[in-house]
This record gives sequence, C-alpha cells and structure tokens, in this order.
Amino acid sequence: MGQIEWAMWANEQALASGLILITGGIVATAGRFTQWYFGTYSIAAGVFICLLEYPRGKRKKGSTMERCGQKYMTSVVKLFGPLTRNYYVRAVLHLLLSVPAGFLLATILGTACLAIASTIYLLAAIRGEQWIPIEPKPKERPQVGGTIKQPPTNPPPRPPAEVRKKPSVEEEGAGGPQVNPIPVTDEVV
Amino acid sequence: MGNWLVDHWLSVLILVAWLGLNIFLFVYAFLIYEKADKYFYTREILGVTLAFARASALCLNCNSMLILIPVCRNLLSFLRGTCSFCNHTLRKPLDHNLTFHKLVAYMICVFTAIHIIAHLFNFEHYSRSQQAMDGSLASVLSSLSRHEKESNSWLNPIQSPNMTVIYATFTSIAGLTGVILTIALILMVTSAVEFIRRNYFELFWYTHHLFIIYIICLALHGMGGIVRAQTEDSMGESHPYNCSKSFHEWDKYVSSCRRPHFEGHPPESWKWILAPIALYIFERILRFYRSQQRVVITKVVMHPSNVLELQMRKRGFSMEVGQYIFVNCPSVSLLEWHPFTLTSAPEEDFFSIHIRSAGDWTENLIRAFEHQHSPMPRIQVDGPFGTVSEDVFQFEVAVLVGAGIGVTPFASILKSIWYKFQRADHKLKTQKAGHAALNFDKATDILTGLKQKTSFGRPMWDNEFSTIATAYPKSVVGVFLCGPQTLAKSLSKCCHRYSSLDPRKVQFYFNKEIF
Repeated sequence: MGQIEWAMWANEQALASGLILITGGIVATAGRFTQWYFGTYSIAAGVFICLLEYPRGKRKKGSTMERCGQKYMTSVVKLFGPLTRNYYVRAVLHLLLSVPAGFLLATILGTACLAIASTIYLLAAIRGEQWIPIEPKPKERPQVGGTIKQPPTNPPPRPPAEVRKKPSVEEEGAGGPQVNPIPVTDEVV
Repeated sequence: MGNWLVDHWLSVLILVAWLGLNIFLFVYAFLIYEKADKYFYTREILGVTLAFARASALCLNCNSMLILIPVCRNLLSFLRGTCSFCNHTLRKPLDHNLTFHKLVAYMICVFTAIHIIAHLFNFEHYSRSQQAMDGSLASVLSSLSRHEKESNSWLNPIQSPNMTVIYATFTSIAGLTGVILTIALILMVTSAVEFIRRNYFELFWYTHHLFIIYIICLALHGMGGIVRAQTEDSMGESHPYNCSKSFHEWDKYVSSCRRPHFEGHPPESWKWILAPIALYIFERILRFYRSQQRVVITKVVMHPSNVLELQMRKRGFSMEVGQYIFVNCPSVSLLEWHPFTLTSAPEEDFFSIHIRSAGDWTENLIRAFEHQHSPMPRIQVDGPFGTVSEDVFQFEVAVLVGAGIGVTPFASILKSIWYKFQRADHKLKTQKAGHAALNFDKATDILTGLKQKTSFGRPMWDNEFSTIATAYPKSVVGVFLCGPQTLAKSLSKCCHRYSSLDPRKVQFYFNKEIF
C-alpha cells in the first residue's frame, strides 16, 4: 500500500460529498423542512466543494487522466497557491464546512462523507502529498504510417538495444536467448 | 449496428430483462402502497412518498441480491464449462460479468437516492403531524401512543413533539443501519471509480470489502417494523372507508368505530439476499481451498524490461488457452490476489505467467524472486478462470492483436496452435493465424520464439482489414484484442465496417479482453 496517493481517493470522496450536500440541501429547501436554511447553506457549500475538488491533481508517477473540461477550474484553483496546494488546509476546510450541515437530517449524510474526506486528506497531508496542477501539454498527433520504422537488420533472437550497444558484455543478454519448446528452423527469406 | 446486435443479442436480452424487472417491481410496490386500504391512514400522514420509499426499497432488495452473483467467478467458470457445447454468442454474457456488476451497482445508487429522499420527506411529515395542534386526522393518528396497553395502536414513530427527526433516525434500527450502509456504499463507490481502480488497485480491493457491512446492515434494516399498516382485525372492525371521516368520535359510546390498530412489517431483505450470500460464501471457501493446494515453481526467468516469468506446476491443474489465474504471495502480501494471464499452452507440462512491474505488489514480487540466495517465496494460485480467448480455435481465421503486456494471452494461443498443428488435432479449425504484436520496447521475441510475421510500428487497421476481407471472402474471422480501450474502439469499428451483412460472406467477430 506504500505507493497509494491518498489524496486521489480523498478527492473523489470530497467530490461525491459535495454532490450529496447539494442534493440534501435541495430536498430540505424545496420541502421547507424544519430549519431549512441549513439546507440553503448546504447547497452553497456543496457547490463550492465541487468547484474546488473538480480539477484532479497530478499523480506522482505515471500519467493522470484529467476530468473533462477541468483546465478552466485548474487555473482558478492554482491562483490560491499554498491554500489549495496544501492538504492540511483542505482537511481543516472540509471539516469546518461539514459542521453546519450536520444539524439537518437531509444533509447529515453529506457531513459524514465530507468528514471522511477530510480525514483522508489529513492522512495524505501527513504523508507529504501536495496538489499539483496538471499543465496542458502541446499535443503532437502521431502521423499515420510515421511510426513504421525500419525493420531490424539482425535476425532473432535480438537482445534489447542496451545490450547491443556494449559489445564487451557477453552474448547472453538479460534473460538469455529464448529456449523454444519445439525446435524452430529458420527459413531464410 | 446490425452486426453488433448479432454478436451481442443475449447480453442485450439480459439487460432488457433486468431493466424490465426493475420497472415491474417498482410499479408493483408503488401501486400497492398507493392504493391498498391498509395503508390508508399511513398515507394520510405521509402522502405519496410512502409509495416511493417502499417501491425503491423493493428494487434495492432485488438488486442487492443480483449484485453478488456476477462476482462468483468459480460458479461462472462452472457455467462456462457446462455450456461448452453452446456457441460463443451464448457464452459471451459470462465475460461481461463485471459490467453487469457495475450496472447493478449504479442502479443501487439511484434507488438509494430515491429511497433516502422519500424517507426524508416521510420523517418530516411524521414530525410535523406530531407537532400539529389542529385536530386533523393526521394529528389524531399521531397521538396514538405506543405506551398504552394496546401496544399495537401506534402509527407515528415520532412519539413526542420534542423529538427531532435526527434523534428519531439515530435511535431507530432502520435509521441507524440505513445511515451506516449508505456510508459504506458511498465509500465503496468512490474507491471503485476507474481512476482509483486502475492506479491504486489495492485501495479498491480492501475498501470494497465494506460490502460485508452493507449486507449485514441491509439484513437488519427492516427489523424495527417502522412501516405500519392497519391490522386485519382492525380493518374488519373499523374500515377506513367507514370510519376515517368520523375520527373525532372514535371509541366514543355513540360511534361504531374504534381507533385503528397498526402493525409493522417483518423484515424481508434477508429473504432476498440469503441465497446469494450463501453462494458467495461458498465461492470464497472454494477459492481458499483451491489456493491452499501446493504450487511448485519449476523455473524462474527474468526477462528484459523487468518482466518476470514463473513456470509452475500444481496437482490437478488444467487450463485452456487465454485463461487467467489469481496469484497470491504471502511473503509479499498476505491478503492480496492479483490476476495474470497464463502464457503457457495447455499442451505443456507446466503453466506459466509473465509479470510486469506495474505497482507495489508486482515490484515487491519481482524483487523477492531476484534474490537468488534467499529461499524461493511461496506462491498460491486460484483458477484458472475462463475468458474470451478460448473461442479462438472456433474461427477459421483468427486475428490476434496484443499491445504491450497484452500479448500474453496470445502467447498461449499461438503456442497451442503450434502444438495442435504438430499433433494434427482435428478439432482445430484455425487455418491461419496472424499476430500483430505492438511493443513499446525493443524486446520482441521474448514470449514464444516462434517464427512469426512481426510488423513494426502501428498498423493501419483499415488496410489490414480490407486485405483480410479480400483474402478470405467467405470466412468467419475472429478478431481478438488484449489492450487499451482506444485500440478496442478502432478495431471494433473496423470489424463492423468490413463485415458483410450477408451471413455467408466474410464476418468479423470482435472480442476484447481488458483487465
């Protein structure tokens, strides 16, 4: 579990909590439940959380799948610098945002989910994770046919390029030549 | 479109049947709770949201039953084996078991949302009618207290005007179990999204075991009898049609109407989920039993680009081409099981897998095997489990496309075809097999060592397909892919484009397998 970036899961959880807060808030406000003004707060908090959490941060290793259209929110979230980069800030922010929604049954589920997201962000912050914005890269379209390179000049078995470059290393490449289950005769083409 | 339907008609049928079942159950329960007389007084307080809550509850029970079945992979393997005389189209839905599991999960989420929203309104209505002082029927019904000697006469679970809905929720079995199981459901869903599952598989695997809490809470959810209907006796004595208007005079000397008595329903969720739970427990026991059998590692090969090959033997192990196994290495992680395609042919006297370093577990495993001086780590194996590659021999012409480590199932197939040719196996329909291996490293022939037509770089699929269609105008061509989704889309399009609508002419059947 050492390579898990908890912030990624916290982000999904927080986004879900935002949506749950919005839904609960709408139900309470539309139904004019007792203390329905907490529901209105819940809608506002939910919208804010969804906007904050929508842009996914960059993974430490490997490529990150962006959410559709997230680059607009990324530029806004980036502006706040350390406030949005630091996950301690996010953990505390989510915890505080979740409290008022806890007074209403319709939004208490949102409170619980947001509090869980806050805990996971705390764990991520303790492990030193940070929110890194995904910068847009210039896209190069691979040309059709352009990837077809020259076939290799030597017959198989072909050791990888690293071994070919050093003629002083023994002919056994890493792993050695393949042992065929049945003898293979090479037909000269 | 026509070609796609021919391939997938059974899956579409199952989908339509499942949707139809959901719609039927919803409407059926909705009408009962909206129309039946015994809920007359309940509806007086709650309105139409009673019917919404109960209808979605019935659908939730049904879907919770269905969701456990597609993940019983040993059962599905068994079904696959017994249906080997069926053609591949009939067995195709078994390959889509995880897709069905996800669809049922989405449906559970939708109905959970409806159920919760309806019950929020229900609790609010109960609370309001308890606080109402207007002498309406609703407030009279709410004042039927549970503390009197006929303990059955209560209808409103909120017994005092001071009780808040939050208090009522968390002190009732239904409310408490409902909140817990919904939180478990949400955590399962957020850790199961594709992004998390692909990149942090272990997080998904462990969090998904929260389903145990979901199932337990679901079984307990209905125990409080909080949904109340008028009893049969009470209806016989004072039917709502006769007595509902004269509620001011219930139990008075002059009136013939008594106050109504109510009873709660016994819980019914457990009846729906008992059988799948038993099946799933049996499945886990079977997996454990199979995994305990001894696995002997006969050969370990470290290939370039950090690919580890393990050749093993296990008593009673028999496989078909393209199948996969789940592997556990207790010294790396006690609880984790990871799937790998078998790269050996069934004709060989061992079975092998090729493992690429792609995360925590695989890296640690490769490192454990790299230490040549320490004792060999023990391996546990569960499987094999069947996938689509088994069907490749039924096609006269097979086109196998593998990308990166996705060449592994086809290694098994190609080796097996070789063996079958050598032994003149009559069941082999395949006359020609072409293999396009797309590799991102320079290492190409690490898997089979067979002389094969290998092309370099990215093929132009339209050219390839039209060539094949011209060369084999009357054949059925199976196209098999193990690789990324984008490649699947282009290949699938080509299959549909180049298949002729006339079933006697060339037909391309597309099959994909992505772990």
